[in-house]
Amino acid sequence: MHPIDRRQMLKSAAVAAPLLLAGRAFAAPAAAGNRLLLVFLRGAYDAINIVAPTSSDFYHQSRPNIGLGKPDPANPDAPIPLDADWSLHPALKDSILPLWRARQVAFIPFAGTDDMSRSHFETQDSIELGQPIGGHRDYGSGFMGRLAAALGHDAPIAFTQQLPLCFRGGPVVPNIALSNASGKPPLDPQETGLITAMYKGQRIGGVDLEKAVTEGFAVRETVFKSIQDEMTQASRGAVTPKGFELSARRIGHLMRDQFNLAFVDVGGWDTHVNQGGAQGYLANRIGELGRALAGFADEIGPEAWRSTTVVVISEFGRTFRENGNRGTDHGHGSVYWVLGGNVQGGRVAGPQVRLAPDMLNQARDLPVLTDYRALIGGIVARQFALSPNRLQTVFPAVPAANLGLV
Amino acid sequence: MLVPLILGGTVASANGSDVARPEIDQEQIAAANRASWGINMASLDASHPDEEPSAAEADRMLPAAAAEQMAAMRITREPLTQLAIEMNAQQKAANALTDPTQKQAARQAWQQAMNDLAHESATRSILRDLYSPAQLREQMTWFWFNHFNVHASKRDIRAMVGDYEDHIRSHALGRFRDLLETTLRHPAMLRYLDNDQNAVGHINENYAREIMELHSMGVGSGYTQKDVQELARILTGVGVSLNPDPPRLKPVLQPLLIREGLFEFNPNRHDFGPKQFLGHAIEGSGFHEVEQALDLIAASPATAHHVSSQIAIYFMGDNPPPPLVDRMATAWRSSDGDISTVLRTLFQSHEYRASLGQTFKDPVHYVISAVRYAYDGRVILNADPMINWLNRMGEGLYNHETPDGYPMSASAWTGPGQMETRFEIARTIGNGAAGLFRPRGPGTADRPAFPQLQNALYYDGLAQTLSPATRTVLDQANSPQQWNMLFLASPDFMRR
Repeated sequence: MHPIDRRQMLKSAAVAAPLLLAGRAFAAPAAAGNRLLLVFLRGAYDAINIVAPTSSDFYHQSRPNIGLGKPDPANPDAPIPLDADWSLHPALKDSILPLWRARQVAFIPFAGTDDMSRSHFETQDSIELGQPIGGHRDYGSGFMGRLAAALGHDAPIAFTQQLPLCFRGGPVVPNIALSNASGKPPLDPQETGLITAMYKGQRIGGVDLEKAVTEGFAVRETVFKSIQDEMTQASRGAVTPKGFELSARRIGHLMRDQFNLAFVDVGGWDTHVNQGGAQGYLANRIGELGRALAGFADEIGPEAWRSTTVVVISEFGRTFRENGNRGTDHGHGSVYWVLGGNVQGGRVAGPQVRLAPDMLNQARDLPVLTDYRALIGGIVARQFALSPNRLQTVFPAVPAANLGLV
Repeated sequence: MLVPLILGGTVASANGSDVARPEIDQEQIAAANRASWGINMASLDASHPDEEPSAAEADRMLPAAAAEQMAAMRITREPLTQLAIEMNAQQKAANALTDPTQKQAARQAWQQAMNDLAHESATRSILRDLYSPAQLREQMTWFWFNHFNVHASKRDIRAMVGDYEDHIRSHALGRFRDLLETTLRHPAMLRYLDNDQNAVGHINENYAREIMELHSMGVGSGYTQKDVQELARILTGVGVSLNPDPPRLKPVLQPLLIREGLFEFNPNRHDFGPKQFLGHAIEGSGFHEVEQALDLIAASPATAHHVSSQIAIYFMGDNPPPPLVDRMATAWRSSDGDISTVLRTLFQSHEYRASLGQTFKDPVHYVISAVRYAYDGRVILNADPMINWLNRMGEGLYNHETPDGYPMSASAWTGPGQMETRFEIARTIGNGAAGLFRPRGPGTADRPAFPQLQNALYYDGLAQTLSPATRTVLDQANSPQQWNMLFLASPDFMRR
């Protein structure tokens, strides 16, 4: 049996005993049930140029060079109205707008953390650890790891080069970076067989090396097969996506069948200089992100998409006013995204305030009205039917917000 | 000498010849493998703290091909003060440009120069690990850097990490108290943990907290939040200055100003109020308060125990026997925190000997030991492949973002994806030179060398240490490349 399937089945056995008795466990895909993908935009993306408060004159005054203009159906560079107050960056017209119209995307402005350091690393760590600010930080315990432990029957994976902080402290989580994964397996079956033979019964301290090695090969094999499918499609003339879209499509393929709790990060959002407006650097980045998320939804397929939630977050927002370099500096509140076939979307959700100089946090950036832990806690509580007690082990001291998103 | 050196020069002279070779003592192999960056023909004797050359002597003993590479580096030719000031000026000049295109290009040039400085430091560190006769010093340098971790990407630390590592290196086997102060007075640390922003009325507790929690006593060892706050007050004014001119001070404060390179204690920014720290009253006196606080921290039994435990974990892996850690802590206190004494206690213990060969190599140890073994004394001309391998395995030099340093427990490095990555790297090394002998830069000629893993050392002793499963598998290799890959991928090679 495929090692991952075996682990999956063993883990599922405890919670799905009636299903096993009915003989249906084998028919279910490995990652049956609900799925969660967390997308972390590292570098603090300039949220309000992506989901822009275009009804606000203060917004337009604050960003004379980089601001998105007012909605205008005749202008392809104009932002697209989402409701009376907010508009979407035109670079997301072909990717995210259709999902919005299908009510599968919600945006949550004024979202973020209570970490006021405005340090990328500090705040990324705060978020990934998901521990109360000001207390002792336990770098061995991230909130996705605690979530995996609380769920007990998960199939977690980090689509990253290193195991991210957020996945520490839970069950063994495989990690693999997909962007540079090639379709060519580095080791052939004879070699993997020989290496596996060397590791039979091998342990080191409390670690079962044999299991780590067989699972490592299995994950690599899973990824390899997935990439082979993709290359078969490409050979039929399909355009091969690049960059993050390629990774996201691979993630969709893998989460459809194998994994249900996943993390991926994408950098390059720290735009102090010449970030552009409707076009330019940030527009290119956000266009790629939009294509990636739409590609993920496409690749995971309509059935799995119905039980999948994608949450897009970033460590903090940026200054409300543009700086002297036609960019933005470190700010506070951001706009988070929640996407999925089960999402009650097509709306800008959560508490909001009118944007005016006196409403800015410390006279420079968006206040935070929705804490990331309350948002994600509310989603996973519904998504995975976590009791408040178990949710407290994931996010201590922060009650879940119910924004009715899933 | 910890383990008698049985062979001396015999192995070297026996390389490739038909001379009958005595077997190498297996305990000697195991001991050398643990106390060095990995055994090779050139160094079979286990390093010992009493016999380690000083940092400067060790550099003079490097092979010429390594010394030449280091001599050509900008970090060697320019002192840190000059480097940091030049880089700062370059950044300011770039930011002052008004044309966006020119500004972008100038900023990119600055970024590249900063990256080059960190790259030089990483290359130098790897060359020393590979070829230094002071193997224990180099291992302890890595250990202490990680213990007092800084992340190169923050602010201008890329220009500083090489110098920071050098300062740690010269104290790596000395007194802990000196090492602690060396890191405290270094601009890289003051930048990294924000103490250069810590001033009276604008308290930043970041560094004060990490000194207690990570660098010395350990979390939960008895100090209080109040101690952290008081130490932060003691540390006010301890900072960094790139300004050639000293700060303007009232005459009464003038004698209290300290400037040494980029380090600056600015009494204008210091809180001179009385403090209570670790149960002792400390009167406002300027930098002398910091000396008093460091004395208290370094002399704390909690520090002796916590740091001894960290050292034992580094060499022996998870869960070192508590009685051994207790004996190391006792040796620490009786020697006034002499690191060599603590190491001697560790190395001479029966627990240590019993653990030889049972510690899982972290990625740095894995990569360095593989190249040391595969190419022996042949000096690499390009460390980039090794730097990339370390980054791929998640343990890149100067690349750990958080102050806790890289984890040392085996479970941090044995994840399924990480094992697989190791095998891919084993394959790359086993296949050939992998770019290690292609100097950087355009127009350079590759001088590839095939790795020699089935060497005299292997036949004389190492082969006998392998498990039956590994030997059986090695016998099935269908090419020298595959044999190399399997050897480097074997569970035997993963341990030290």
